[in-house]
Amino acid sequence: MDTQALWLSFELATATLAVLLPLGLWAGRWLARARFTGKALLEAAVVLPLVLPPTVLGYYLLVALGGQSAIGAWVANVLGVQLTFSFAGLLVASVVFNIPFMVQPIQRAFESIPRDLAEAAQVSGLSAWQIFWRVELPLAWPGVLSACVLTFVHTLGEFGVVLMMGGNIPGETRTLAIAIYDKVQGFDLAGAHQMAGVLLVLSLVAVAASFFASARLVVKR
Amino acid sequence: MYLALNNRGNAVFNHPTFVLLMCSRSACFGSWHLARVWVCWWACLCLGLSGVPLVRAQSGAATGNALTVAAASDLKFALDELGPVFERQTGHRLKLVYGSSGNFYSQLLQGAPFHVFMSADEQFVFRLADAGLTANRGRVYALGRIGLLVPRGSPLKPDGELKDLAAALQDGRLKKLAMANPEHAPYGMRAREALQHVGLWAAVAPKLVLGENVSQAAQFATSGSTQGGIVAQSLAVAPAVSGLGSFALIPASWHQPLVQRMVVLKAAPPAAHQFEAFLASDASLAVLKRYGFELPALPAAMPIK
Repeated sequence: MDTQALWLSFELATATLAVLLPLGLWAGRWLARARFTGKALLEAAVVLPLVLPPTVLGYYLLVALGGQSAIGAWVANVLGVQLTFSFAGLLVASVVFNIPFMVQPIQRAFESIPRDLAEAAQVSGLSAWQIFWRVELPLAWPGVLSACVLTFVHTLGEFGVVLMMGGNIPGETRTLAIAIYDKVQGFDLAGAHQMAGVLLVLSLVAVAASFFASARLVVKR
Repeated sequence: MYLALNNRGNAVFNHPTFVLLMCSRSACFGSWHLARVWVCWWACLCLGLSGVPLVRAQSGAATGNALTVAAASDLKFALDELGPVFERQTGHRLKLVYGSSGNFYSQLLQGAPFHVFMSADEQFVFRLADAGLTANRGRVYALGRIGLLVPRGSPLKPDGELKDLAAALQDGRLKKLAMANPEHAPYGMRAREALQHVGLWAAVAPKLVLGENVSQAAQFATSGSTQGGIVAQSLAVAPAVSGLGSFALIPASWHQPLVQRMVVLKAAPPAAHQFEAFLASDASLAVLKRYGFELPALPAAMPIK
């Protein structure tokens, strides 16, 4: 059992969630309300990481963030962080490939809130922050929760992008999914079995828990 | 945190640049107040996240800086045995990563943070040296051999001359044959040359299952889904594999030699050179030999500066 890979996957998933949750709340809420030409195109762009083969995404990220690219060189010079074959780079990649998993459920949740509710709250003298915190967020909560769970579990399981971007370095970029692949190649089928089992159980429990929680939240309302 | 920032940071929020920035955005954010909250959230997050690499670096320092070795996957079992010996002898920590030499070559060109590169084909080392990424032009550590690995219960005979393979192609006993990808894996290139040498390449090509590297090819060969595979001797003789099937060497004259060269990258710590010396020791060479590597003639084993 490669506990180092397990922890690395947890670290990556937690960090991804921390970066993406505020972004997803803002983008999802905005997309749910905004009406403008080209919205369909923007929504398509948000969903793109979901339908693109992970190797395509990984390849573009490798090219875009590598040492020879403008972004990669700038980050390396200014922040002193290398974005390929490092945890930082993996985090950037992970944020990108999780955008649809975070934004979509949140957008749907905010869309299902009647617009006159916010207007009524505004007339009652609530500030925009109070409306968001006290009216909209509690109503959108099941969507936000499932977005978080999906993002977390998807990060634990993502393989293609991590393989392209990460380079399989223990303790730095060897996540659980990569470690399983490595174990199978190295004829350690027992090790692969254990880790695959852990991932299976974790994913099932997390998704089931989110369904359970959402169902309860909906009933309570 | 938000309140603290808000109280102390009013000057920032009232700064003309910030006001301009936020006014242009306030339509999307919904309101002034919300915009401030978002900015504070991101500020906290950036502060928090900037700590992550620091903490990671410190935890890495606590365990001693590890030496990262990118090794051709034919070394998997031999280095898994030698690695702990090196760690005990020197107190340095090793991170061994196995893969296709061709992939490591591209990754190293992209700036992958490996300290030592052990290639199954010396051409990759020479190209890295020409690109100015290595400390020197490296050292030959072994010669690899390929052979036919036939899993237990396969209708194929372990025949190194590949005569039974030709017969099996004729009578339809051969459905799938595993080997490493000849596009970037040295063992795949040599397997292709050997098959071309006996004129079987065109007939075998549609039946090939290509592994990303020779270790994956060996895994495919013994999985039971193929009738066999052309793989490295160093994997076939390892205890984890040898029980799964039988192996026969293919004559070395049928293909270009698998000259395996290791090199220390420019940014590597001194421990990398220690590791290079360790692998040249008699004890290490004996282990490599036991795993089916042929040892280079002495002059080639000397470091080339």
